Amino acid sequence: MNNMPKVAKTFNRQYTENDRKRGSLGMKNVNLFYGSFQAVKEITLDIHTCSITAIIGPSGCGKSSMLRIFNRMNDLIPSARIEGKVEFGGIDIYEPGVDVVELRKRIGMVFQKPNPFPMSIYDNVAFGPRRHGIRNRFALDEIVEKSLMQAALWDEVKDKMGQSGLSISGGQQQRLCIARVLAVEPEVILMDEPCSALDPIATLKIEDLMSTLASNYTIVIVTHNMQQAARVSDMTAFLMVDDDHAGRLVEYGETAEIFTNPNNKKTEDYITGRFG
Amino acid sequence: MAFFDSSPATGAGSSLKGRPRWGERIIEKVIFLNGVFAIIVLLGVLFILLRQGLPALVETPIHEFLFGTKWYPVSEPPTFGIASFFVSTLWVAGISTLLAVPVGVGAAIYLAEVAPKKVADVVKLLVELLSGFPSVVMGFIGLVLLSPWVRELFNLNTGLTGLTAGIMLSMMSLPIIVSVSEDALRAVPDEFKQAAYGLGSTRWEVIWHVSVPSALSGISAAVMLGVGRAIGETMTVLMVAGGALAMPVSPVDPMTPMTAGIASGIGNAVQGGPQYQALFAIGLILFVMTLFVNLIAARVLEVQKRKFTRE
Repeated sequence: MNNMPKVAKTFNRQYTENDRKRGSLGMKNVNLFYGSFQAVKEITLDIHTCSITAIIGPSGCGKSSMLRIFNRMNDLIPSARIEGKVEFGGIDIYEPGVDVVELRKRIGMVFQKPNPFPMSIYDNVAFGPRRHGIRNRFALDEIVEKSLMQAALWDEVKDKMGQSGLSISGGQQQRLCIARVLAVEPEVILMDEPCSALDPIATLKIEDLMSTLASNYTIVIVTHNMQQAARVSDMTAFLMVDDDHAGRLVEYGETAEIFTNPNNKKTEDYITGRFG
Repeated sequence: MAFFDSSPATGAGSSLKGRPRWGERIIEKVIFLNGVFAIIVLLGVLFILLRQGLPALVETPIHEFLFGTKWYPVSEPPTFGIASFFVSTLWVAGISTLLAVPVGVGAAIYLAEVAPKKVADVVKLLVELLSGFPSVVMGFIGLVLLSPWVRELFNLNTGLTGLTAGIMLSMMSLPIIVSVSEDALRAVPDEFKQAAYGLGSTRWEVIWHVSVPSALSGISAAVMLGVGRAIGETMTVLMVAGGALAMPVSPVDPMTPMTAGIASGIGNAVQGGPQYQALFAIGLILFVMTLFVNLIAARVLEVQKRKFTRE
């Protein structure tokens, strides 16, 4: 077990009153299909609030698909179909009558490739609040500043708010995208391999940021990088495909436990680098 | 390992020297000549326009030529003022643009963002078919179907008016507006739309606040190309615009846009005579106008392309 990644911290957060007010997130017996292809099979797990949950697993095991179930981004793919129950704050989010727009406001998403809009840094952060009806310039200024501060980007961009969001570095762009999500004041932030396009220093900055944000937000991150999962997450879910190519949840538990003492042989093989 | 065995003197070096590859050289030359030919044709047209048209602009000073309202080519001495042609062109192209832009951009948004793929494919095919209609057929349709309707509606003596021509032209510039705008909208990276959806935007908000602004320069270029089409079209306006030489004051007056003026006048003009040269001068001004519009369109498309390339 020598070559297992070192675990930087253990799961020791206490639930606060604030946590309980926020919505809980989880899925029960969830199947996801794209046409006749099953991408995700019989997944059941509960996400801990105000902590970081990492979803790991080999390429093509349905990690991203699973993440996108939580904010119904799969709705944008016409052939996608889902079975089972996905609960957020006690509501099945796939029930008819659920407002997807409101759901995505409360469950924000950061994508694999930094994708700021081709508009100014200010307008990027103000995009969400503006869509949700905030027009007052002072209120917007305040939200933009606060969000950029939370995303640890304020000092770097405060003098160039009018510049294009595409003019800053890749790492800064990704933090801008995080600020853009924070501006909507979500409860959950989904991150789909947010560091895969970034260099190691930019990656560390994002990881630090995630740890800071985890005291107020529930974060679910898909990552290819096991060291990253070990470094930042409190809980880890390990997904793998069987012969039918549908992703299954092999093991889910505290990160410290998964990385030092996995229950399943497959998990152990994967995190020790025997495959994947 | 023959390569290492042979000494440089016995040909290992020479084996790296290229063969002449005659085929490639010939193809290169042919393609080069094709390019040169296109430029020669363009310069040739420009040269003829200048040679035939400039004398008229010397004879009649350019401001009198542009702003004069009297076009009496066979009087003694003749007067050449093209203001009514110019104003007619503005009316007709203006009406056409006003009608074609909202419809065309709306259709492009529908095709690129809303329509299911099968519907979009069929509609796009039909729109492109519309651009293949010969302009004389469009003129005929305008003459037979549209002009009686215009005459009835506005209670006129004739249905052949600037409005009639503008409506027909709008249908003819529609395909290019739809097609170029749709391409611009489709070129907006999906990541932008995903990000906007992820922030809790509705489909309409994504279209209006992300797709359209991101594609705006492409859409402007489409509009410019549509305007260029409307300015340059000849046969349809010749058939349905009415052909009156008086200065038009309302859109339902019969008019003669610049293109129609040239086409109707050139048959009666004595080759090399003053009227002949004046018609070429109109052509020269048209050339400058469409060149200008097309240059703006090209420039704007360039901006669009650069917008999505990241440093």
